[in-house]
Amino acid sequence: MAFNSAKVFNAMNRNTFEMPPGVVTSGNLLDVLQGFVHELRAAGLPVSMTENLDAMRAVEYIELEDRASFKSALAATLVKHHQHWPAFDTVFEVYFARWSPGVDGDENSDSSNDDREAPEGGGAGKQPGGGGGGEGVSNEDLAKMLMQALMKSDDEMLRNIAAMAVSRFAGMEPGRPVGGTYYLYRTLRQLDLDGVAEKMMSTSREERDAPDDALAERLASDDHKMKIKKFKEMVEEEIRRRLIADRGVEAMARTLRKPLPEDVEFMHASREEMLQLQRAIEPLTRALAARLAQRRKRRRRGQLDFRKTVRHSLSYGGVPLEPKFRNPRPSKPEIMVIADISGSVASFARFTLQFVYAMAGQFSKVRSWVFIDGIDEVTRFFEESDEITEAVQRVNSEADVIWVDGHSDYGHALEIFAQRHMGEITKKTTVIILGDARNNYHATQASVLKEIRERSRKLFWLNPEPRGYWNTGDSVVGDYGIYCDGVFECRNLRQLETFVSSSFDA
Amino acid sequence: MAMRFKSVADVTERLAAVDYLADANIAGVIYLADRLEKPVLIEGPAGVGKTELAKAVALITDSRLIRLQCYEGLDEGKAIYEWNYKKQLLRIQADREHERDWETVESDIFSEQFLLERPLLAAIRSEEPVVLLIDEVDRVEVETEALLLEVLSDFQVSIPELGTVTGNQRPIVMLTSNNTRELSEALKRRCLFLHIDYPDLDREREIVRVRVPEIDDALAEQVAQVVRSIRALDIKKAPSISETIDWARTLLYLGHTQIDPQVITDTLHVLLKYQSDIMKARKEIGVDSPLPIGPKRS
Repeated sequence: MAFNSAKVFNAMNRNTFEMPPGVVTSGNLLDVLQGFVHELRAAGLPVSMTENLDAMRAVEYIELEDRASFKSALAATLVKHHQHWPAFDTVFEVYFARWSPGVDGDENSDSSNDDREAPEGGGAGKQPGGGGGGEGVSNEDLAKMLMQALMKSDDEMLRNIAAMAVSRFAGMEPGRPVGGTYYLYRTLRQLDLDGVAEKMMSTSREERDAPDDALAERLASDDHKMKIKKFKEMVEEEIRRRLIADRGVEAMARTLRKPLPEDVEFMHASREEMLQLQRAIEPLTRALAARLAQRRKRRRRGQLDFRKTVRHSLSYGGVPLEPKFRNPRPSKPEIMVIADISGSVASFARFTLQFVYAMAGQFSKVRSWVFIDGIDEVTRFFEESDEITEAVQRVNSEADVIWVDGHSDYGHALEIFAQRHMGEITKKTTVIILGDARNNYHATQASVLKEIRERSRKLFWLNPEPRGYWNTGDSVVGDYGIYCDGVFECRNLRQLETFVSSSFDA
Repeated sequence: MAMRFKSVADVTERLAAVDYLADANIAGVIYLADRLEKPVLIEGPAGVGKTELAKAVALITDSRLIRLQCYEGLDEGKAIYEWNYKKQLLRIQADREHERDWETVESDIFSEQFLLERPLLAAIRSEEPVVLLIDEVDRVEVETEALLLEVLSDFQVSIPELGTVTGNQRPIVMLTSNNTRELSEALKRRCLFLHIDYPDLDREREIVRVRVPEIDDALAEQVAQVVRSIRALDIKKAPSISETIDWARTLLYLGHTQIDPQVITDTLHVLLKYQSDIMKARKEIGVDSPLPIGPKRS
């Protein structure tokens, strides 16, 4: 085996000596890396033993002074899912925060740094808590400097400005139990980046020959947006660095820990997380499509495959002992999705509709219904709309789902569904119902499900509620569950994935 | 150890010499792949240069590129090796006349000359340096993935009739995936992971200039800017690098030296392949974009 731990250990010790100041205060790189890997695991990343060793070996080969290579080496060995990258990025920035480009991050010498790199900003960092501290530079000057730096994309300057802005506006106090977002908000509010963006627009308008050029306008605006976004990240980085100095690496890593995309709960997803989920759903529906097709392919045999039979017969000296068959062409599965879109599952419903939309793209025969206390078929909205947002909007505004009062009534909705569509369910149809089965104490009409199950190939129920809440209060999922081929808790992508991969094998 | 590269910078330089502009991350991972002797799994959207990277690496290391294109239904007969059964049949027929005993016949027909080499075995047995590219590995079924594991971790293949074949050298192995499905953990564990994304503005401009040498700098800059703005839109399929290059070429052939909304509208189909995307881009930055806005806007 090529890995030699003693050798690595020596290399680490040697390298610690050459490490840039502030990376490791005590212990050696090996310890820091172990802490780092530990934190990655705590954040939910599946880092195996092999990968851990690979990372150790990898850092042996790179120049530790080169932060970018160091980071990419760790990423290449430890992170094997692209959607885990943000989580890795956060942990990396926390663990190796002091070792950043530009401003050397030791807090004690803040003022001297500012003196050296931004002469006008002398000593802005001296008073971490003092609001409008910086002598020599007024807020207006700072804004002007910021704009110039942004226009020129002067990264070093921007980093200095970020440091000054944080010193001046964030009002950070040691030991204060406030999150980084609070400081970020305070800093950004004072900086008025929207105003800066507008000024940048007018400046570039003046610099152009043709001020009315719409295309140039648009390109400039996109360009400025990117630059400002980058600057915001610098401010964030600066705040994080100071918080780490105050609270220590482990504590900071803990507070910054966020669920991985596959663990984000549909019901509580933020807008940004929702967008991520939307992107992640598509491969999942493809997997679902593949699963459904594969199963059929394996089950039945097709025609005799002469070539394979002869080839195989050679194992027995030319006697065709074992006939081989062609795989049959997989037939397209039919899917019916019935989704609750009432208030209690509103955010889940948004996700549900995305899931249905993505499925409609994969399967030729997906039909979908939504209900609250009435039920309406919405297949046409998904077929006619090119875009998910448009489709969802049409579902929400045009679908006729309210019968009496707009409180979920599973019983009535299912009954109507049975009256209208029961005859269309065949042995090829898989029926998926999405909802929390909170029925507002109406009649359940569970017999409808019984009939659906008898007629269909499979009947599944996905419930967005935690399992512990099932069958409490007005939840009647148990009454329905006995007639289903499976009832699944489905609160995040991981659970949805489990559903997709497990339930279609049987 | 192979030691094909001296340093990360060396990788970047040599790749640039064959017109592949790698960013720090790409170069770093290729360098590590050489040092750690591990396969690289490359993921990313279609058309960002995953396959190109393998070709470029083969070129700079003076290696032969052996490519295994994956597809659904790929089996070991197509990926590793296969016995040439027709020839074996012929041999058995021919041997009948000589009344040879079974042992001789058996050792005869399961020998080198009846073995059909497929890409993986070819890569292992190759005498000359090799870059092995396993393209679009996400297209094979999970069960077939297992075929690759032995090759990837130990670089050897077991053939029941012949024994284990081990490679003479460790080639650079690259797998690409368009991420249409999640690959198995076992496969991922054996690989270094490289995610290639759309390039940033500067890199894209450089790529355009390198790949379309006749273009002037101002136009290249504009091309890169417009493409970046289009990618920022919420569209089904963002333009890939290869489409950016095609677009730059198209502009040159049509004799445009400047991009304006009309030009964009006329040539959008080179960048975007969905009608809804084209309509959207037209609305946002093409001729249908809102009228020029004066300095006063609020």
